[in-house]
Amino acid sequence: MDIFGIPLQAFMGQLLIGLINGSFYALLSLGLAVIFGLLNIINFTHGAQYMLGAFVAYLSLTHWGVNYWVALVLCPLVVGATGVLIERLMLKHLYKLDHLYGLLLTFGLALIIQGLFRNEFGSSGMPYPVPEVFQGVFNTGFMFLPKYRAWVIVASLVVCLATWYVIERTKLGAYLRAATENPSLVQAFGINVPRMITLTYGFGVGLAALAGVMAAPIYQVNPTMGADIIIVVFAVVVIGGMGSIMGSIVTGFGLGLIEGLTKVFYPEASATVIFVIMTIVLLIKPAGLFGTQK
Amino acid sequence: MNSPALSPTAAQSQAHMWVVFALMVAVLAIAPIWVYPIFLMKVMCFALFACAFNLLLGFGGLLSFGHAMFLGSAGYAAAHASKIWGWNPEWCVLFGTLCSAVLSLVVGALAIRRQGIYFAMITLALSQMVFFFCLQIPFTGGEDGIQAVPRGKLFGVVDLGDNQAMYMFVLAIFLASFLFIWRVVHSPFGQILKAIREHQDRATSLGYDTETFKLIAFVISGALAGTAGATKSLVFQLASLTDVHWTMSGEVVLMTLVGGMGTLFGPVVGAAVIVTMQNYLAHLGAWVTVVQGVIFVLCVLAFRRGLVGEIAHKLKKSL
Repeated sequence: MDIFGIPLQAFMGQLLIGLINGSFYALLSLGLAVIFGLLNIINFTHGAQYMLGAFVAYLSLTHWGVNYWVALVLCPLVVGATGVLIERLMLKHLYKLDHLYGLLLTFGLALIIQGLFRNEFGSSGMPYPVPEVFQGVFNTGFMFLPKYRAWVIVASLVVCLATWYVIERTKLGAYLRAATENPSLVQAFGINVPRMITLTYGFGVGLAALAGVMAAPIYQVNPTMGADIIIVVFAVVVIGGMGSIMGSIVTGFGLGLIEGLTKVFYPEASATVIFVIMTIVLLIKPAGLFGTQK
Repeated sequence: MNSPALSPTAAQSQAHMWVVFALMVAVLAIAPIWVYPIFLMKVMCFALFACAFNLLLGFGGLLSFGHAMFLGSAGYAAAHASKIWGWNPEWCVLFGTLCSAVLSLVVGALAIRRQGIYFAMITLALSQMVFFFCLQIPFTGGEDGIQAVPRGKLFGVVDLGDNQAMYMFVLAIFLASFLFIWRVVHSPFGQILKAIREHQDRATSLGYDTETFKLIAFVISGALAGTAGATKSLVFQLASLTDVHWTMSGEVVLMTLVGGMGTLFGPVVGAAVIVTMQNYLAHLGAWVTVVQGVIFVLCVLAFRRGLVGEIAHKLKKSL
């Protein structure tokens, strides 16, 4: 069976890869949006923290035999904790200044982290085994679906929706949204806003690390794995607009799919298609698909 | 942006600026006696690149995180014009500048549709697009770049294969561009640009079409970055992907930050410091990246005025 002259197998295969990439775009852009909402900082270290997540998983496996499931919980906590330190020690001092300084600081941190790991581990990738439960494939009749990839899509969808639910539908989320609008008023109501900011940054960073752990068995664990994806995620964020949580989730998955489709129909453009879409969106709706221009 | 330490008197004397400028010219004229001229040419190319970038960030308050695309694509254009078409070097540099001006017109028109942090992200994303473009199209030579670019004969007469002649050529381009930027900063246009940096809505309410002013600043900055890139490709006889990569965009931000954004001489000093550092630490490999990251963090946390900005603050004069 063919779709537009392309075998169904190949078509579905690329669509699946697109969905996988989309899961990571969604998780990463979600973290960026959450951080930006409260801190007004674009976290350039996000890619490096995604890489850190993968590395903590890899190193704890090879040194202490920590398995995938433990790593899935442990890595976001560890990397999130380093995020908390970064916020307490550095970012905290920049809130009164122009937002651009936050971008520059986190860019510098990304250079440091990536440089250190490149010194230690070189640029070649290290393999991380697929957990035993997810080895093998589902035969869906029209294609073979590797179990692990199915898990990644489902898991990231669940995490994204849970985050959306917490922020949009719970009391904690209400505090968070209120603090985004008017931090001093929320503080006047007796809520510890500085601590909330710290934990929010830690949470966003944790999301990046979680994405890193999930990516480890698919891509190789590599010091530069976060450097290129972060630029694509920036484009995703510009397309979606950072105003809406659901917006970044939908845009992330959607753009992953479009990228996958481009690989089928016009592979030469697959590296640039997201940037082209960003250009078009800027021309038609400068505030982004889900954003509002301030 | 935090406004640099400018004294409010508009009719401020510029005499001390001319003294510093004369000092800079003297140093650059004598230095090749002791210092390897190719290294000095590299410093001047990056100094011009950083000055162009600073025009946008320091005086316009616009942080472009994709300025490498102007440096790199002008480099390719000039290298192509020289190697394939056999043009004279002065035309190669002009052609590179023109190509970057056109590119920055397109990129600028898109990017100024959003402000602040989004502006930085958009320029970064677009420059990544240009990077992939340069990687894929045949005329750039992909991973190899354009190698063995002839320097040619200036005006068809002076052979630039001679390092001394090339040095004078680069020095002339650098000084002319520097004077041009100086003039722009102190022109009515520059004043309006600063007004937009300080308070865009107020500038709008005074009747200025802020978008157009920002776009013009972007094009001037991009074009001059192109001049730097075109000159650089003639100096090294090479145009490569390094110059379009995002790390280069980061480096120019660092140079400006170290030297002092919003100062005229800061980017020159910053470029000299960073290029020298890269030269001495080159054998350390990836540690250079780490060191640059550390400098970034330190500058942002404790040293936001930069070297020249700090001196200017002490002297209570603009530099």
